[in-house]
Amino acid sequence: MADLEDRISESQKMGMQILKESDDDRLMTLSVGPQHPGSGHFRFIVKLDGDYIVHCDPDPGYVHRGEEKMTEYRNFIQNIPHLERPVIHDSTNITYSYSLAVEELTGIEVPRRGQFIRAIASELNRQVYTLYWLAIYGIFLGHSTMFMWPTGDRELFIDLLEALTGARVTHAFNIPGGVRNDVPNGFKDRCLRQITYYEKRLKEYEDIFYNNPLVRQRTEGVGILTKEDAIRLGVTGSVLRASGVPYDIRKAEPYDVYNEIDFKVQYMKTADSFARAYVPFLDMRESCHILRQLLDKMPEAGEVRAKLQANPRGPPGEAYRRVESGRGALGYYIISDGTPKPYRVKISVGSFRNMLALPHLLVGAKMGDMPVIYWALNYWPVEADR
Amino acid sequence: MSSKTDQKDNSNNNYNIINNDSKTSTAETSATQSPPDSRQLGDIVSKSSSPSSPPPVKTTTTLRTKDSEPPAFEKGIAGEISANFGQMVQIIFIKPLRIKIAVEPPNIVKVATFLRDNLGFDHAESVAGTDYPKDNQIEVIYHLGSYLRDDLAGHVLAIATRTNRDDARLPTLINVYKSVEYHERETFEMLGVYFEGHPRNERFLLPEDWADIPPLRKEFRIKGR
Repeated sequence: MADLEDRISESQKMGMQILKESDDDRLMTLSVGPQHPGSGHFRFIVKLDGDYIVHCDPDPGYVHRGEEKMTEYRNFIQNIPHLERPVIHDSTNITYSYSLAVEELTGIEVPRRGQFIRAIASELNRQVYTLYWLAIYGIFLGHSTMFMWPTGDRELFIDLLEALTGARVTHAFNIPGGVRNDVPNGFKDRCLRQITYYEKRLKEYEDIFYNNPLVRQRTEGVGILTKEDAIRLGVTGSVLRASGVPYDIRKAEPYDVYNEIDFKVQYMKTADSFARAYVPFLDMRESCHILRQLLDKMPEAGEVRAKLQANPRGPPGEAYRRVESGRGALGYYIISDGTPKPYRVKISVGSFRNMLALPHLLVGAKMGDMPVIYWALNYWPVEADR
Repeated sequence: MSSKTDQKDNSNNNYNIINNDSKTSTAETSATQSPPDSRQLGDIVSKSSSPSSPPPVKTTTTLRTKDSEPPAFEKGIAGEISANFGQMVQIIFIKPLRIKIAVEPPNIVKVATFLRDNLGFDHAESVAGTDYPKDNQIEVIYHLGSYLRDDLAGHVLAIATRTNRDDARLPTLINVYKSVEYHERETFEMLGVYFEGHPRNERFLLPEDWADIPPLRKEFRIKGR
């Protein structure tokens, strides 16, 4: 043994590198993404010790488009179409808080009917997003039926939004001062019919997916995020509510007409991947309840948007407004210097905040549980990169 | 990037404070006098804004009219902060559900620890850096929220600090709020603010071969615009 060490030190003096058997040699480094079919446009580098993940390093930025910089070159209205690009499946919500912040800065007031239409579009879009997310979660677990059903039902909501806004996914519907146009004829009845059908379908989703013993075995008890950790890491949305914190911006800071709506914040206390997958489902069911009330309470006639001046502007100031999106709190921090263009726009998105939980949950988990944990975080890579 | 910031030593004596005037002698008085927030903020922003003055806006909003009388609850929070720190903390504005305070960089960790432990602001939602080339300063603002206290659920407390633009260094808040980790890293690469004590002042969202100035600085221009 002494011989060996002598030889090693001699070789090192000569500048040779001797590989010793150490812990590092046991580990395998694996790059998940950015072309991985499940990861989206996102990469995280994991180190594996056998089957277990011992290190995880997220590497986002593959779809970084500089949205925050782009806003500084366009006026408040021109910014809307490109600001919804980070998450086109939830495009009404991502422009919602932007509109709220601009309204606070410029002093525009939204007519009451416009506020209701906004909330309706926002709830419909939440369904679209969550169904899309659920479809991918289903195929991640190898449950192809759960991929097909939500994809099909999502199409019905897209049709509704198309009738409302004129576009399938990128609506540019919310503008400062209200919404772009009024609801079409017969929209309310069509919407109610759709919700009635959809609530039946949700029951079937629950039976085939959430009560499926295979799904439960794969998700229950996997990736525990305790309440203390969830708060410390500052996660938001369904990830937070699955850890037993009943926090929803619609309840905490009701915007527009949400203080007139009666609904419960859906949350669970088991804090595992199943809870994180089930809370969005509960949200969808509650959202149907909200939609019915909104359609019922919406004023029959009236303006849907305030009249804007050509280039809306306000006194210098700043505003920070949030809404509850499909992925949690979505905040805009806008500084205005009195010109029609914002001086600085910061978008605080749920995906970026929830990314911090990914290394926390993956370290110590099995590689086979990676998709279950990862997609239950409700993570949207494009939104996180902005 | 890191080599640029490392070669400069801790010449931290050139920090400037927002609105360093004598009229707000204590934060308590500024809270009771309830200055219209937009005007006071205008003092900060208008220095860096273009000389074209905005036309007078006639529209009024409910949000703005409510501002004239700061709500009691928010005033209580602000009063508690200023009672503990006195002149160390400056109250910038108090609006319904929103408070903004400003501190000097050396005090930010102490103030943030107080906000977490005594006032119940348990997480950071957002960290935003803003470049003010006219003042030669960069402002970093942390938006803090509370999950545990029900009465604070809708409140956002913003704590702002400013650093010199040429040697942008700030103490990190990662030991107080773990949730700022990626936000501070993003601020580092987008504005070139080096967070002392942060484990990874590294590239995050930008491409690996990015060889330009931090893009959210105002002198960085998008091509063709």
